[in-house]
Amino acid sequence: MNISPAAIPAYDPAVDAPRPHHPIYDYDSGPPVNRGKFAIWLFLATEIMFFTGLIGTYIVLRMGSATWPDPADRLAVDITALNTFFLICSSATMVKGVERAMLGDNGGLIKWLALTVLIGSIFVGIQAYEYTELIKDGNLPNVDIFWSTFYAMTGFHGIHVAVGVIWNLCILIAAIFRKIPQEKYMKVELAGLYWHFVDLVWVLLFTIVYLM
Amino acid sequence: MNPVATPAAPHAPHTSHLEPGEGQPGTVREHHDHHELGFFRKWIFSVDHKVIGLQFLFSGLVFLALGGMMAMAIRYQLAWPWRPMPGLAWMFPATGGAITPEFYTMLFTMHGTIMIFFVMIPLLTGAFGNFLIPLMIGAPDMAFPKLNMFGYWTMIPAFFFMILGFFVEGGHAAGGWTSYPPLSTIEAAAPGSLSGQTCWLMGLTWVGVSSMMGAVNYVTTIVKMRAPGLTMMRLPLSIWGLMITSLLQLFALPVLTAASIMQLLDRVLNTGFFTPTNLLVNNLTPDSFAYGSEAAAAGGQPLLWQHLFWFYSHPAVYILVLPAMGFTSDILAIHARKPIFGYKPMVYSMSAIAGLGFIVWGHHMFTSGMNPALGMTFMVSTVMIALPSAIKVFNWLGTLWGGRIHLRTPMLFACAFVSMFIIGGLSGIWMAATPVDIYIHDTYIVVAHFHYVVFAGSLFAIFAAIYHWFPKMFGRLMNETVGKIHFVGSFIFTNMTFYMMHQLGVAGLMRRTADPYAYDVYAHLQPINEFITISAFCMFAWQIFFVLNFFHSMFWGKRVGRNPWKAASLEWDAPSPPGHGNFDHQLEVYRGAYEFGSPEVEEDYIPQTRKI
Amino acid sequence: MRYLFTLLLFLVPALGVWTFVEADRWQLWFPQNVSSFGGEIDRLFNIIMYMVAFTFIVTEVCLAWFVFKYSAKNETKGAFTHGSHKLEMVWTAIPAVALLFIAFIQMRTWADIKFEGNFPKDGEYTREKPIAEVWASQFDWRIRYPGDDGVLGTVDDLERSWEFVVPVDTKIVFNLRTRDVIHSFFVPEFRLKQDALPGHTIPMWFEAKKEGIYDLICAELCGWGHYKMSGRVTVVSKEEFAKRMSEIKAEWFSNGKELGE
Ligand code: HEM
Ligand SMILES: [Cu+2]
Ligand SMILES: [Cu+2]
Repeated sequence: MNISPAAIPAYDPAVDAPRPHHPIYDYDSGPPVNRGKFAIWLFLATEIMFFTGLIGTYIVLRMGSATWPDPADRLAVDITALNTFFLICSSATMVKGVERAMLGDNGGLIKWLALTVLIGSIFVGIQAYEYTELIKDGNLPNVDIFWSTFYAMTGFHGIHVAVGVIWNLCILIAAIFRKIPQEKYMKVELAGLYWHFVDLVWVLLFTIVYLM
Repeated sequence: MNPVATPAAPHAPHTSHLEPGEGQPGTVREHHDHHELGFFRKWIFSVDHKVIGLQFLFSGLVFLALGGMMAMAIRYQLAWPWRPMPGLAWMFPATGGAITPEFYTMLFTMHGTIMIFFVMIPLLTGAFGNFLIPLMIGAPDMAFPKLNMFGYWTMIPAFFFMILGFFVEGGHAAGGWTSYPPLSTIEAAAPGSLSGQTCWLMGLTWVGVSSMMGAVNYVTTIVKMRAPGLTMMRLPLSIWGLMITSLLQLFALPVLTAASIMQLLDRVLNTGFFTPTNLLVNNLTPDSFAYGSEAAAAGGQPLLWQHLFWFYSHPAVYILVLPAMGFTSDILAIHARKPIFGYKPMVYSMSAIAGLGFIVWGHHMFTSGMNPALGMTFMVSTVMIALPSAIKVFNWLGTLWGGRIHLRTPMLFACAFVSMFIIGGLSGIWMAATPVDIYIHDTYIVVAHFHYVVFAGSLFAIFAAIYHWFPKMFGRLMNETVGKIHFVGSFIFTNMTFYMMHQLGVAGLMRRTADPYAYDVYAHLQPINEFITISAFCMFAWQIFFVLNFFHSMFWGKRVGRNPWKAASLEWDAPSPPGHGNFDHQLEVYRGAYEFGSPEVEEDYIPQTRKI
Repeated sequence: MRYLFTLLLFLVPALGVWTFVEADRWQLWFPQNVSSFGGEIDRLFNIIMYMVAFTFIVTEVCLAWFVFKYSAKNETKGAFTHGSHKLEMVWTAIPAVALLFIAFIQMRTWADIKFEGNFPKDGEYTREKPIAEVWASQFDWRIRYPGDDGVLGTVDDLERSWEFVVPVDTKIVFNLRTRDVIHSFFVPEFRLKQDALPGHTIPMWFEAKKEGIYDLICAELCGWGHYKMSGRVTVVSKEEFAKRMSEIKAEWFSNGKELGE
C-alpha cells in the first residue's frame, strides 16, 4: 500500500481510457413524482416569494401612509369582480382539460383547453381595458403611491396570466396538430399547475387591492 | 456493454402514462446517444453540464480580472488620493489621469457588484455547481439540460447591461452595491444615477433569472437523479452545500428581483415605492427630478428597499460561502486521508446557517433608523448564526486531527480557507453586537470582515476547488510547484492586504470615502493605507502564477487517470475528462464519500461504489 | 515544505494578535472617547475581543499544529473516526452559551442609547424640547436651533451651517433629518452613528464629557461628494455656549435679509 503524497498514479489506458459505446445511465432516485412536476413546484415557490415581495411592499407602504384612498372610489370593483369570476372558471376548465388529457381524450382536451385560453384572453382583455380607461383619466403610476402599487401588482399578475395563456395556446396547437398522447399528459398538467397558481394569486390580489 | 448489472432496486410497476424513468424511483433509463458534435454545438450551444460549467468558469475568471483591476484603482486612490493614475490619462485628460470622485464612487460600486454577482456566485454555483453536481451524484447530466443552457444564456444580457453601463452618459451606477434609494433612484442625486443605474438594475435582474433557473435545475437533479444507493446522507458535502445554496436562491432571490424591478419602475415610470414625500435633491423638488417632465409619485419608504435588499443579500452572503464550505470539507477529507469529522453535524449546521440566514438580515440595518427593538432581535439571531459556523470550524479541525495530511496545493488552499474563515467569522460577532456596531458599522472592520470571508475564504476555496478538480475537467494536473508558489504569495499578500483593515476600522475609518485624509481624525492613517495598497498590488500581480499555470496545464499538464487523488466520491469513477453522458459503466453506491483509512480494506480508501 | 506551511498558518494568529496589541501605539486604536456611553461601547468591544481572541488563538494554533503534526510522513493510515458525539455536544454547547452571553450583555447599552423611553427626561433638553435639528443634505450639514422661544419650526429659528455647538456635561437631545438622500451622523469620539432617513425625523442623544472640536463625518454613501461631507461638533462650557448662541443669532439675523428669510 502506497499512500505517499508523491504517488499520483500515471495515466493507464487500460483503466483510465473511456470505454467506448456505452449507454447512458439515467437513474430515478425518487420521490415518485415526475421531474417536471418537481421542478414546477420549485418554480412556483420562487413565484410565491416574488409575489410575497410585492404584496409585502404594498402592506408596508399602506401601513406607513397617513391616508389611503378607498379602492372602491378609484377602481371599477364590479367589473373586476366579474373578471375574477371568469378566472376562477378558467381554473375549472383547466382541471377538465387535464382530466381529459390523462384519459388520452385528445378531443376533450382540445375543447377544454380552448375554453381556458379563451377565458384567459378575456381576463387579459378586460384588464387591458381597465388600464386604458384608468390611464385616460390620468391615473398613471406616477400619480401617487396607490397607483404605483396598483400597477405593479396587477401588472405583474397580468403578465403572468398572459404567459399562461401563451403556454396553454402552445399546448393547444400541439394537441390540434400532433395530438397529445396519454403518456404525455404531464405536459398539460404542468401548465395546469401554473395556471391554478396564477388564479390563486389573483384571488389574493383582488381581495387586497380592490376590496380592502 | 453494461459492466455492472442493473441495480437490485425494486422495479416499480410500470404505469403507462409515465415516460420510462420518470416518476418511478428505481428505474434505469438506458439509451445510446453517441454522435459527434461540431464546434458550435459542442462549445457554444452546449447542453452538456460540463461545458456549461466551463463557460461559467471562464466568464467568472474574466470578470474576476476586471473586478480585480477596479480594486487596484480603488487602492491606488486610497493610498495616494488624486494622484494621476498610471494608464488613465486618456480617460481624464484634464487632470492627467487623476480620477474624479464620481469615478471613484462608480469604481467601488461596480467592484462590489461584479465580484459578488458576476464572479463569486457564477463561479461557485454556475461553474462548480454545474460541473460537479451530475458527476458527484452519478448522473449523466442535469435534469433539464436545455434549461441549464438557458441559465448561461440569460447571463449574456446581464453581461451586456453591466458592460453597457460603463459607456452611458454619467458613467455606471454609483450608489454602492447596496444601491440604497433615494440616491439610486433619483437622477439628480448622482451622476451614476442616470442611465448607469438602470443598466445596473437590468443586469441584476437577468442574473437573478439565471440563478433561479440554475437553482431549480440543481435541486431537481440532486433530489431526483442520484445513483442507486446514494442516499441523501451519503452525498458529498459539496453537493449538500450546493443544494442548500440553491434552496437559498429559490426562496430569497425572487424578493430581490421584485425589489429591483420596483426600483427600476421608480426610475423609468416614476413610481414612488422608495421615494418619500418632501424630498429636495440638488435643490430640485420631486416634480423636477424625475425623467422628462413627469412628476414622480411620493409617499414611499427608502427603508423598505433596505429590508428587501438585505432579505436577499444576507442569504446571498451564505450563497457565497456554503458551496465553498462544501468544497473545503471534501478537499480536507481527501487530502488528509481521513473521514470527515461529524458528517451529520456538518449537514445540520449548513442547514441551520441557511435557515437562520433568513432571519438575520436586519444586522445590516442597526443604524439605519429601523426600530431599535427589532435591532435587539436581529442581534440575537445573528449571534446564533455564528454557532453553526463555529461547529463547522471545529469539525474541520477534527477532520485534520489524526489524519495523514498530503500538503498538495488544493489542500493548502483549503486549510487557508479554514484559517481565513475563522477570522471573518469572528469579526462578525463584533458587528452583531448592536452597541458595538453603532461605532463600527460601515467602517473598515466591515470591509475586513467580508473580504476575509469572501475573498480569503470563498475565493481561496475556489482556488482549492480548481486545483482539485482540474484533473477531472481537463484530464491533466496543474503544476504543483507553481501552485505552491501561487499559494504562498497569495496567502501572505492577502493577509497583508486585509488584516490591517481591522485596525483602520477600529480607528474609525469609513468605507466608501474617496479621500479620507480630508478629515483630521484620519490623517495619520495614510501610511497604513499605502502599505495595504502595495500589498494589494503584489497580491494582484502574483495571480499571474495562477493564470500561467492554468493555461499551461490545460494543454501540457501531466496526464492523469480517473482518480489521481485516490478520492472516494463518484466523479472519480468517470473518465478524465468525462465524455458525453459522464459515466461509462453503471454505478451503484454502497457507502458515504469519506471512507479514508478504513481498516476494512488494505488500501487507505474505499470508493463509494465498492461492495465489500 | 511542511515547515514553511506550518509557519505561514502559525503566523496568522501570532501576527494577528501582535497587530492588535501594538495597534494603540500606532494610533490604530479607538480615538479618545468623550461621550458618556462611549466607554460602555469600548468595554463591550473589549469583552468580545478577549473572547474572540481566545477562540482565534486556539483554533488557529490547532490548525497550524495539526497541519504540522499530521502531514504524511509515513505510509500508515490515519485515525479512522467519523466523529464523536460527545465532543460535538461540548463544542456546540460552550459556544452557544458564550454567544448568548455576548448578546445578553449588549442589550442594556443598546436600550440606553436607542430606546426613546430611555432618553433624558429631566434635563434641559428632552425628546419634546431638543437642542437643535441637524439637517443633512448633499454635501453639508446645517444645524437649526430653536431660537429664543425654544420651539423648532418657528420664525425665530437660527441656522448655522457646518458647526454643531453644544454645551459640555449636558445631556443633549437633538433631531436628525435629511433633505435629500440618506446620510449618516458619525462622530468617532462620541461612538455615535445614526443614519438620517428621508421623510423621517430621528431623535438622538449624547452627553459630551470634554470640551473640544470633533469631526462630524458622513458615514453613509450619499453621492460623489460623500468623502468631503464633513462638519464638526464643538463642545464648549455652558457659559461659552450661551455666548456662542448669541453670536450665532446675531450672525443669522444680520444675514437674514439677504437670505430672504
Ligand atoms: C459567522 C457568522 C457571521 C456573522 C455573525 C456576520 C455578521 C455580519 C454583520 C453584523 C454585518 C453587518 C456589519 C455592518 O454593516 O455594520 C456583516 C456584514 C457583511 N457580512 Fe457577515 N457575518 C458572518 C459571516 C459572513 C459570511 C460567511 C459572509 C460571506 C461569505 C459574510 C459577508 C458579509 C458581507 C459581504 C457584509 C457586508 C455587506 C455590506 O455592507 O456591504 N458574513 N456580517
Ligand atoms: Cu449579513
Ligand atoms: Cu455621505
